[in-house]
Amino acid sequence: MLTHFSNTLETLDPTHKFYGLIGAVAALLFIASIVGWALKRQLLAKNNPSEKSLKLINNLISRVNAWWMMVAILIIAFLAGKLGTIILFGFISYFALREFMTLTPTRAGDHRTLSLAFFLLIPLHYYLIYTDWYGLFSVLIPVYAFLLMPSISVLAQDTEHFLERAAKIQWGVMISIYCISHAPALLLLPITNFEGQNTLLLFYFLLIVQLSDVLQYVFGNLFGKTKVAPIVSPNKTLEGLIGGGLSSILVGAGLWWITPFTPLQSAGMAAVIVIMGFLGGLVMSAIKRSLGAKDWGNMIEGHGGMLDRVDSVSFAAPIFFHLVRYYFTP
Amino acid sequence: MLIDITRLAMIGLVRLLVGAHPRWVGAAPSVAQSIYFTNHTSHLDTLALWVALPAAIRAKTRPVAAKDYWGRGKIKRFIVLKVLNAVLIDREVSRHSDPLEPLLAALAAGDSLILFPEGTRKAQAEPSDFKGGLYHLAEAFPHVKLIPVYLDTLHRCMPKGSYLPVPLICTVRFGATLTWQADEHKKAFLTRARAAILSLI
Repeated sequence: MLTHFSNTLETLDPTHKFYGLIGAVAALLFIASIVGWALKRQLLAKNNPSEKSLKLINNLISRVNAWWMMVAILIIAFLAGKLGTIILFGFISYFALREFMTLTPTRAGDHRTLSLAFFLLIPLHYYLIYTDWYGLFSVLIPVYAFLLMPSISVLAQDTEHFLERAAKIQWGVMISIYCISHAPALLLLPITNFEGQNTLLLFYFLLIVQLSDVLQYVFGNLFGKTKVAPIVSPNKTLEGLIGGGLSSILVGAGLWWITPFTPLQSAGMAAVIVIMGFLGGLVMSAIKRSLGAKDWGNMIEGHGGMLDRVDSVSFAAPIFFHLVRYYFTP
Repeated sequence: MLIDITRLAMIGLVRLLVGAHPRWVGAAPSVAQSIYFTNHTSHLDTLALWVALPAAIRAKTRPVAAKDYWGRGKIKRFIVLKVLNAVLIDREVSRHSDPLEPLLAALAAGDSLILFPEGTRKAQAEPSDFKGGLYHLAEAFPHVKLIPVYLDTLHRCMPKGSYLPVPLICTVRFGATLTWQADEHKKAFLTRARAAILSLI
């Protein structure tokens, strides 16, 4: 019975799998919206609802609403095909870099470098994904931009904090452009026996990364006691990490039929995504704090900025990309 | 039609470039006739403040622009006069006319204004000393609200002499209304007005 069911799932054509996933995500969000609405009703029915719980629930509701929006945008981009997806991620990189550079103290001498990073490097880098030019895609930023960006800044002859400025711009560009772009770069991998289905793999990756964030938040709020890194990120708890992480790995294993992996491999990949995503959240939070901010921005209601939403993506995507590339492409 | 489309496109473009998120620190937004006075650091200032205003207030608020720069060229004139509905002023001081005259006329007609009391752009976080214009306008129209506004980050987005902007998020902070005191000297008033902007940093 079970084997029959899983065989049926595996043999579905990619389009049906895709619509099935959209349906599942919409159902999840629908449940989340109803839960949020019910919780708020229950709380308001009380005589003196506590300020803290009301704040938590309102934040929950705005987070869910923002999720509806983000999922809608993602699906439109997916339906628009490879170009649509790449343009969407180009804009995600743009907004992420804008947040990073807003908090980074740069000087007038960096102006030209930064303009070029935004208006030349982002389009060029994503164009390389569009044309499947893996070789240049993988070295454009770590080699060419690494050397040329400080070379442009140096022409302004401002040596004040030169190394710090160059290093911070480098970091912003690596995280916001290079690392994040490894998610849509999954589309250029020639995976064995998986032709024409790479969008599903991208969907799988984003689903696990974001689900892991959401479930860690839910488990943390329900059972969280032990803080993992109270100074860096006071909301992260051990209970949240274990509960959210394990359930995301389970979901990952259960979704093997949309990937080129076996169920066990899929669980392993999900585990890597969960761990890297967690570390990404931690590191980006430390960077944010060292720059003196609590949120990267306020673009996404309830979530903070774009970087607050994609910090885990930026750490998980390159590792996931290279694992898939190493083991599943010829 | 063309004006509306251009206006929407400009609002979208400004949001995409610098965000221009409003923060009403001192008071809630109100449609009452006001002079929004702010620090001047780049070409994007007027647009950022204009975009940050709620649509109903934006519709009756007119930026102030220099005639010698914005009055030339068909496209510039279209944007400044039709899309932004700006008031043009002569920066060249002449003995025969009062440069503030168009502003006084706009205030008399009931419009709100966006004003840069420093006069010229300086790529720095803090505003330099104010010129007297703000005082004379406030004196002539004491019932008009004076609202200090601080534009952060923009001095890094587009410093003087740069061709391409750097997209950085600008927060537009609106402070509490500056009260008009009839017996106050011009210099004291201008210092107080500047301090109101500094307190928003």
